Amino acid sequence: MPEQPSDSVGLVRPQSAHFDDPLPLACGKTLSAYDLVYETYGTLNAERSNAVLICHALSGHHHAAGYHDDSDRKPGWWDAHIGPGKSIDTDRFFVVSLNNLGGCHGSTGPSSINPETGRLWGPDFPMVTVIDWVNSQARLADQLGIERFAAVIGGSLGGMQALQWTLSYPQRVANAAVIAATPKLSAQNIAFNEVARQAIRSDTEFHDGYYADHDTLPRQGLKLARMVGHITYLSEDAMGTKFGRDLRTDDLNFGFGVEFQVESYLRYQGDTFSNSFDANTYLLMTKALDYFDPAAEHQGDLPAALAPAQCPFLVVSFTTDWRFPPLRSRELVNALIRAGKSVSYANIESSHGHDAFLMPEPRYQAVFAGFMNRVAEDLELSARPTEETTAHAL
Amino acid sequence: MRSDLTLIHQWVPQGARVLDLGCGDGTLLHSLARDKGVKGYGLEIDPDGITACIRKGVNVIEQNLDDGLANFEDEACDVVIMTQALQALRRPDRMLDEMLRVARECIITFPNFAYWRHRVHLGVRGYMPVSKSLPHAWYDTPNIHLSTFNDFEALCRDKGLTIIDRAVGIKDHEGRLMSRLWPNLFGEIAIFRITRDN
Repeated sequence: MPEQPSDSVGLVRPQSAHFDDPLPLACGKTLSAYDLVYETYGTLNAERSNAVLICHALSGHHHAAGYHDDSDRKPGWWDAHIGPGKSIDTDRFFVVSLNNLGGCHGSTGPSSINPETGRLWGPDFPMVTVIDWVNSQARLADQLGIERFAAVIGGSLGGMQALQWTLSYPQRVANAAVIAATPKLSAQNIAFNEVARQAIRSDTEFHDGYYADHDTLPRQGLKLARMVGHITYLSEDAMGTKFGRDLRTDDLNFGFGVEFQVESYLRYQGDTFSNSFDANTYLLMTKALDYFDPAAEHQGDLPAALAPAQCPFLVVSFTTDWRFPPLRSRELVNALIRAGKSVSYANIESSHGHDAFLMPEPRYQAVFAGFMNRVAEDLELSARPTEETTAHAL
Repeated sequence: MRSDLTLIHQWVPQGARVLDLGCGDGTLLHSLARDKGVKGYGLEIDPDGITACIRKGVNVIEQNLDDGLANFEDEACDVVIMTQALQALRRPDRMLDEMLRVARECIITFPNFAYWRHRVHLGVRGYMPVSKSLPHAWYDTPNIHLSTFNDFEALCRDKGLTIIDRAVGIKDHEGRLMSRLWPNLFGEIAIFRITRDN
């Protein structure tokens, strides 16, 4: 049994919240009932003021930190930043991390049963947007008795949710951290998403999304989608350093099998993903990304769109991120300045491209921890909150 | 707090919107926010300075001053402050124009190259001056546009700017009176408060 590191939240258990109140969606449809799967780390204090919401990215989920089982090889996806003494210090904060609607890790989505038909939702699951997610997250907060989050935090697509929180529920967010994100996707971003979607939709096993009815999976399409996506998460430098032009065998074999290490890596990443992620969910998530554009309602005037926000922002970008480059974060920062909002911005030197937001990097950690420390000081949170609700870390 | 910062603290009006160029660890903005209800942003490129600002809750933007202030609108602020950074810029004169576009009033401090100790270094000993205000060697200094108290006054005159207030900072008590009489000789740090209004 591998021992968990001392700065880990340890063994954690997902929980589920059920909602019967119909949720109206941006697409015009309504979800009559739904479930959200979530995890919590740390302890909610008596004042209920130390809650932090973590919003996940495209392929993320509720398991952000700790381990589900002693035999788990890897901890949750943001374990580098969540735990005792880490940037999001679970000795001070009560962390809530959920799987978004439309997801495939337990929350209601295309692979859940549609109560109206008794069959899987599949491609009939309604399109969900960042705004819808934030609305559903607010209802989860209601159920957990959290009126106001000390901070709402997210990277990439998660950062867009954090930003949306400050616009949809300004009075319920004390601070927001928007990391490696963008106020809207560029044409190139949408183009990459469209290639990913076409890869899935053109797989003969896709069956217009009803692959479950045919007892099959569009593995090949999802694999290709992930391979394309994965390239955009890494920097040219990181790929070069990791693989260079290294071959798997000593000689060229003049064929189309796997020859270069980078080919092998991408195929492995694609294969793993296509066996663990739902294709319909992937399609939904990429559309949620494409649709996000808070300035659209204001004729493209981002500062006007940001007017409702009240909280201080931390915006972080990474130098080699070419998916959502530093320039996109600066666009957000400059709009926040024009709107007269409190904002700090750091552009972190990293060779890891977009994926840098997931990793521990000393300067990133110093900035992140510095921000969270100030959040805690403003709320006068002690190092150990008083017991009320017990944490669900076992 | 550094003596030049103490003086600036007095000059900034209550509740002003302030932009601090090269804000370092945010000491000035932090005290201005606490004592005078000042709101604003600091610009900085030093990673440790940026982290220190974030820890204090001072708004800091990672931004190179040589890239200009295009992201700030005309008269976005009441006062733009720049302490000990002018001499490290590629074009100090253009930055001055930018600062006075963003605010009507600016406060600028820089090391006075004509300070008597600097003159002794260069004039008598024949070496480039190294001092508390100019701590670098000639080959690794970020200070590429050194100037004197008189030089800056001349630049303001050429640009038709009004000097509201000026002072010099000195480390020791020696020559406090002397620096008032002959600032260009006895002032180690030059401090100017200027406006584009007449």
